[in-house]
Amino acid sequence: MSAGDTHVNSPEIQRLARVIEPGHSYATVTDKIASIVLTRPTSLGWLAGFSIAFTLMMVLMGSIAWLVTKGVGIWGINIPIGWGFAIVNFVWWIGIGHAGTLISAILFLLNQKWRTSINRFAEAMTLFAVACAGIFPLIHTGRPWMAYYMFPYPSTMGIWPQFRSPLIWDVFAVSTYGTVSALFWFVGLIPDLATLRDRATNKAAQIIYGMLAMGWRGSARHWHRYQSAYLLLAGLATPLVLSVHSVISFDFSIAIVPGWHTTVFPPYFVAGAIYSGFAMVLTIAIPLRKAYDLEDFITMRHLENMAKVMLATGLIVAYGYFFEFFMSLYSGNKFDVFLVQQRLHGPYSSYYYALILCNILTPQVLWFQKMRTNVAVLFVMSLVINVGMWLERFVIVVISLTRDFMPSAWGRYQPTFWDWSTFIGTLGLFVSLLFLFVRALPAISIAEMRELVHTSEDHE
Amino acid sequence: MRGREMHWIRIDRYYDTGLKTQEDTPAENPELANPQTFFQPVPCQQCENAPCEQVCPVGATVHSAEGLNDMVYNRCIGTRYCSNNCPYKVRRFNFLRFQDWETPSLKLMRNPEVTIRSRGVMEKCTYCVQRINNVRITAEKEGENGASRGIRDGEIVTACEQACPSEAIVFGDANNPNNRVSKLRAQQRNYNLLGELNARPRTTYLGAVRNPHPDLAGPEKKEPA
Repeated sequence: MSAGDTHVNSPEIQRLARVIEPGHSYATVTDKIASIVLTRPTSLGWLAGFSIAFTLMMVLMGSIAWLVTKGVGIWGINIPIGWGFAIVNFVWWIGIGHAGTLISAILFLLNQKWRTSINRFAEAMTLFAVACAGIFPLIHTGRPWMAYYMFPYPSTMGIWPQFRSPLIWDVFAVSTYGTVSALFWFVGLIPDLATLRDRATNKAAQIIYGMLAMGWRGSARHWHRYQSAYLLLAGLATPLVLSVHSVISFDFSIAIVPGWHTTVFPPYFVAGAIYSGFAMVLTIAIPLRKAYDLEDFITMRHLENMAKVMLATGLIVAYGYFFEFFMSLYSGNKFDVFLVQQRLHGPYSSYYYALILCNILTPQVLWFQKMRTNVAVLFVMSLVINVGMWLERFVIVVISLTRDFMPSAWGRYQPTFWDWSTFIGTLGLFVSLLFLFVRALPAISIAEMRELVHTSEDHE
Repeated sequence: MRGREMHWIRIDRYYDTGLKTQEDTPAENPELANPQTFFQPVPCQQCENAPCEQVCPVGATVHSAEGLNDMVYNRCIGTRYCSNNCPYKVRRFNFLRFQDWETPSLKLMRNPEVTIRSRGVMEKCTYCVQRINNVRITAEKEGENGASRGIRDGEIVTACEQACPSEAIVFGDANNPNNRVSKLRAQQRNYNLLGELNARPRTTYLGAVRNPHPDLAGPEKKEPA
């Protein structure tokens, strides 16, 4: 709580410090959140948005079908650029997921009350982002029907995966991440599912929510066990925030390619992941609170705090960029020095400057509180950072490969229609899942918001 | 071609005008008309400490006991990580199905000892592993008491060695100091490509020593290494 200092009486400070607007009771919180799912009619806006997203998702399905029919040659990859959009998108999506886990697990352990109203949909975002990310390592292989070779199953051939390869570490990191995120999300949903079961008037909804609520009756014993389980899962999810993207960064830092072989990658990738993840949470939260009149629950304090996290992680990322360059020059290694020259003056230098503009220069406006509390500025900023983080992965993955050791083996990369359709298709999948989630499940945790009502009344 | 040509031995070309930087080379510079040319065939270097082997998630590229860097086509799932990590970029990938499997007349054309290329699989120079194995089998058959008689120096002839009219390519067991290849490798002008990366390539090159008549030397200005 920010109480205790002399400025607390200022109405403006109080407005910015609220995690829930005044005047709410247990009943109004429950009504407001549950009504989005149970009683509000499906709006035209929802239908229109879902239709667009669903169409794009079908584009993804079509692109994958064509990919499996023809082969990865429909993409712009070649020798020497063996990894293109697929890996860029994979890293980008996985990174986006990290904010959800940070909000739901780390901020929970740190007892940050402002996480409460955003954790549910941020976790949903994590799950959907991991789903989008998980598609790419599978479909980017030349023979996706053989991709199960990467799992350590008891094979009659007696062959195991090759455990020195970072791609195998990815398999474990991403599958663990997906499993823990899904569990954590579901456990958090149980009391709310019971609320929906009790309030639903439609028989089918009662049965479905009833089955998902797993017999929750809200007894003291239930709550006791639920809270231990939730705490334990938060503890389990916390190291994943750091480990998953560190492992992803090993795909590059373990390799010998100049521009990949960099020890700063694990912390810099984790910071970048949280950076892009918070940007995505804002991209979702701002339209969501507007469309469903949730400004009381997702307050200016939430938006401002997320902006502060973006500013902080953005500075860590800037530090990473700086030291990537510094160490390349300081090493005196001619290939690393050449890489720096290529980033600044090579054929793809415009991407690098766009990346610096999006990720480092523009977000500096977040130093100003006026900007941090301006919803329109925050929304634009979140989109800019999403683009910037995508460019970062593009610069690292693709551009490093265009010119490495031997000039005779240099190449150029040109994405094809299918590169774009697959990427845009995953955006469609992500948004479709979000639309369905908002319509079918409480986007804000009802049970946890009720706890906040209590504390805010004490405070007022 | 978009970087998808499937040859396993790339011929690198280098040109030397004797000028140091690009700024020194305006288009009308007469020295550009007749640069000194160099070329270097670059197949898979069969590295001892191979960067490709460490990153393959399924162990589709592995070391043989004889030191070959073997490619196991039917284990490869096509992540292309090996190619990304190859400093020489000598691996080739079947981005699409490049081979015609249907036309019956083409089936007779193919070498029965070599796997037919299929989509989504990485390929590279194998040091003609099928020829090595043929010679090994012959040596075993001609041996006594079930033991191989041993492979003689020069008995294995790789396809590139066979095709090279100037006999610039020599293949043999580098562990035997009396072999042709070991004697050549013992020369001072023997060098590794990108040796500083410590991949320890098994293919090595001999630097060309040129000593042309000064009137014929053309644009070459520096002492040959």
